Amino acid sequence: MSTREPVSQDTAKGPPETDPRIAGEKHPVGRMLAIGVFASLIGIAITLLIDWFPTDASGAADQIDTLYDVLLICSVPVFVLVMTIAIYSVVRFRAKPGDMGDGPPIHGNTRLEIVWVTIPFIMVTALAIYGWIVLDDIEAKQQDELVVNVTGQQFTWTFEYPQQNLNSAELVLPLDRPVDFRIKSRDVIHSFWVPEFRLKSDAVPGLTTKIRLTPDRVGNYEVVCAELCGLGHSTMRQFVRVLPADDFDRWARRQAREGGGGAPEGDSGQGGGGGGGAAAQGEEIFTAQGCGSCHTLAAANASGTVGPDLDKLQNTRAAFVRQSIVDPSAEVEQGFPDGVMPTDFGDKLSPEELDALVKYLLESQE
Amino acid sequence: MTLTQKLFAPGWYRAALGTVVGFAFGMGLVVAVRALYGWDPVVDWNAIVTVGALIAAPLGYLVGIGCFDYWFRWASGAPTIPEDHSGHGAHSWKDYFRVNTDHKVIGIQYIVTTMFFFIAGGLMAMLMRAELAQPGTQFVDPNTFNGLFSVHASIMIFLFIIPVFAGIANYVIPLMIGAPDMAFPRLNALSFWMLPIGGVMMLASYFAEGGAFATGWTAYAPLSTETPLGQQFFTIGVQFAGASSIATALNFLVTIITMRAPGMTFWRMPLLVWANFTTSLLVVIATPFIAGSQFMVLLDRTLGTQFFDPAANGDVLMYQHVFWFYSHPAVYIMMLPGFGIISEVISTHARKPVFGYRMMAFSLVAIVILGFTVWAHHMFVSGMQSWLRIPMMITTMLIAVPTGIKIFSWLATLWRGVIHLRTPLLFALGFITMFTLGGISGIMLAVVPFDIHVSDTYFIVAHIHYVLFGGSVFTIFAGLYHWFPKMTGRMYDETLGRIHFWMSFIFFNLTFGPMHLVGIDGMPRRVADYAEQFATWNAIISISAFIFGLSFLIFLYNMVTSWRHGPAAPGNPWRAHSIEWQVSSPPPVFNFDEIPTVVGGPYEYGVPGAVHAVFKEKKPAAVPAPAGGGGAPPPTNT
Repeated sequence: MSTREPVSQDTAKGPPETDPRIAGEKHPVGRMLAIGVFASLIGIAITLLIDWFPTDASGAADQIDTLYDVLLICSVPVFVLVMTIAIYSVVRFRAKPGDMGDGPPIHGNTRLEIVWVTIPFIMVTALAIYGWIVLDDIEAKQQDELVVNVTGQQFTWTFEYPQQNLNSAELVLPLDRPVDFRIKSRDVIHSFWVPEFRLKSDAVPGLTTKIRLTPDRVGNYEVVCAELCGLGHSTMRQFVRVLPADDFDRWARRQAREGGGGAPEGDSGQGGGGGGGAAAQGEEIFTAQGCGSCHTLAAANASGTVGPDLDKLQNTRAAFVRQSIVDPSAEVEQGFPDGVMPTDFGDKLSPEELDALVKYLLESQE
Repeated sequence: MTLTQKLFAPGWYRAALGTVVGFAFGMGLVVAVRALYGWDPVVDWNAIVTVGALIAAPLGYLVGIGCFDYWFRWASGAPTIPEDHSGHGAHSWKDYFRVNTDHKVIGIQYIVTTMFFFIAGGLMAMLMRAELAQPGTQFVDPNTFNGLFSVHASIMIFLFIIPVFAGIANYVIPLMIGAPDMAFPRLNALSFWMLPIGGVMMLASYFAEGGAFATGWTAYAPLSTETPLGQQFFTIGVQFAGASSIATALNFLVTIITMRAPGMTFWRMPLLVWANFTTSLLVVIATPFIAGSQFMVLLDRTLGTQFFDPAANGDVLMYQHVFWFYSHPAVYIMMLPGFGIISEVISTHARKPVFGYRMMAFSLVAIVILGFTVWAHHMFVSGMQSWLRIPMMITTMLIAVPTGIKIFSWLATLWRGVIHLRTPLLFALGFITMFTLGGISGIMLAVVPFDIHVSDTYFIVAHIHYVLFGGSVFTIFAGLYHWFPKMTGRMYDETLGRIHFWMSFIFFNLTFGPMHLVGIDGMPRRVADYAEQFATWNAIISISAFIFGLSFLIFLYNMVTSWRHGPAAPGNPWRAHSIEWQVSSPPPVFNFDEIPTVVGGPYEYGVPGAVHAVFKEKKPAAVPAPAGGGGAPPPTNT
């Protein structure tokens, strides 16, 4: 066995007054405190100046943004405290070359340890209570709520307004009216999130989850799926439009007049009236089943790129289109992976609906 | 040896044979059963891969390489081969490639194997950052991308952070407590050899039909019950990694409880021993839960059990409860050993006793207990019972108290020390900085209303990397540099170590710091493509990530060249007190020619003449030094 050198030399430093490294300084702790307070103030100022959040467009947004500011104000001094002591120690107590001595054998200090148990305890308790109050506030039931049923599926959202008795592929909300979202999923877990509203909830198969919020700023915001839901997850983004109450009512009336069954909103000229019932029904199915989130089809204003482009179905037999919907793995288009398209459309759609959808797809070729 | 002999003796030839035989057996079983039932097709490759390649072949390989030889003989009543300790220790590099029962060899086997998987996981991260450098699709399609982040996370968690800590502890713990080896050396070897199976399986999933498993390391049902075959490489791979982890933890518990040297009371154990003791408690209690969750997914996929099918009254949220009941404690499984390393590194290189030693140990125990009461904070937006959010918020935030005790005690240990700013201490200081940030963002995430906004965004990605890279991986680097002289008998290059630290520290922060911002600003995580508004930040993040990735090459170069050509290391280069430093570097095959007697605490720096342990000389004349010092430095017994 190798020779063991002595591990500790008898050069322990005495009490702080006699430690030559800080003896020249009258109040090392006081000085660190001053540096710490100064650095904390700068740190708080910087972190509060950063524009962290997107636009705030709901009542909850203000409260959550304020909560975050409070969290920052509490966090910065903690971080600064840790950094100040660490950097000060490294600078002041760094070993001189050849210094083989040890530090003083301080094993602990009960008073200090009680302090650093108590203060964090009080801080986190206070923050937890504050968080609880905010949570209660933003989830409180409101008067005159607009109910919107949200349904997630791979890879799109659809919306139903039971009070207005209409369906929509687009989410449109009135300004300043409380909304009660009831969220469901048709297949796997999704998460309904509008960053500008600051609220999200998972869409869970077999459950109905809820969000309450009041939009308070007119505009177009993104509806984002926040829970990994499969291959097209990153493309599962749509828009929500917040309109003044009058415009919303107008939109709802027009939506109801156009069939209420989910015809897409917009001026695409694809109104339900014209060509034959089958094509209109086909478009309705195309929208309601969310085909457009993965496929491109100019006639339906759809521009998805996860699956093959449906504007290129010229000279395609109806039987093949039908097979591709019912059994997508039978023949997979070059350049697209197998196993992405749901395989249950054959069960979800009646034969008549399938016929209508196929007819619509083929008639939409231009 | 002839080839026939080789095929019957434990080793790689028999392992290859065992793998083939295992696969053939599994395939035969599937085909026979299907033929018997008259199912069509008789040859179903999905089932054959599952039963043959993922279950039977690995078991055949374990038998072949020789993990079970002794036990099989013993169980069957055949005379066991007398233990001549020929399976112990390493005399050439080949000894690292066979079933070896020496805890020091197993420790190195763990560390080198996990480093391989660390590189594999890191390359996947680089590929992801390349894809995310600008919006749109450049290098990989969405399916591959989803596979990349899923395999990256699974490899890093199950094949790097958890087992590399097991490797470091395997090497150091028996030496630290004055034991000649672990309590169950053969079980220890089995634990190691099960590990790479899980890793190879996860990597091999890229070759499965339909691509690698692409449901994240969280594998939420019902997505994971519907995705292609690659998912099964995860559900079964986790079983092997988990079994390895549980067996090692049991081994640590028994070793630490029963094999401490005379005089090594619980309150004289170094904090690394405490850390691994508490971690092992977490592992044996929690890990069966992830095994259960993945078995249920496997059964849903293969036998149609419908645990998670709502149409058949299955419960989707149950998966998340069971999964997180393991996976939250797993965060502490990945952190507590690091806490132990940091306590050793700071007190040794700052030459002061660990401040508040008992509170440091108690806070580990407190984290273990509290760690089991917070799992649902991962589920604030999951649609679970809403009342559950409040207690989970409070318990989560309370974990800040024991964690705070640790951070402040480390700082107090630094205070008035004699600080030698070597690479291990640099990494320890870097750890304190970034773990504090990760802890702070953790407190923020515990506050339910804020979490509702940032859950499943890049804020989470930032937080988890501050905790697991800035936290865990920095402690791993600190530990590897600290014990490198002990493990290899050579010194690493200090300059390269410092360059490695500064490069990784700076570019780590530039990579993961901005993710907090893009997350709050509305970028969800796990996306192959993102909205145009996040393009600038993502470009910056990607460039930083590449340089951050390069910094690892410096570490690798340093480790490899120092191991081969570095200057010889003395037994105790850091003049540390704990027992592993009182033997040669590397230690003798059986660790101690003479079992040490522990006479004091492990960190008595600055106490004149204090020693932690004494080695009784063979001559009866030598008297052990009295407790609390006063004696000479430990006697040598050359």
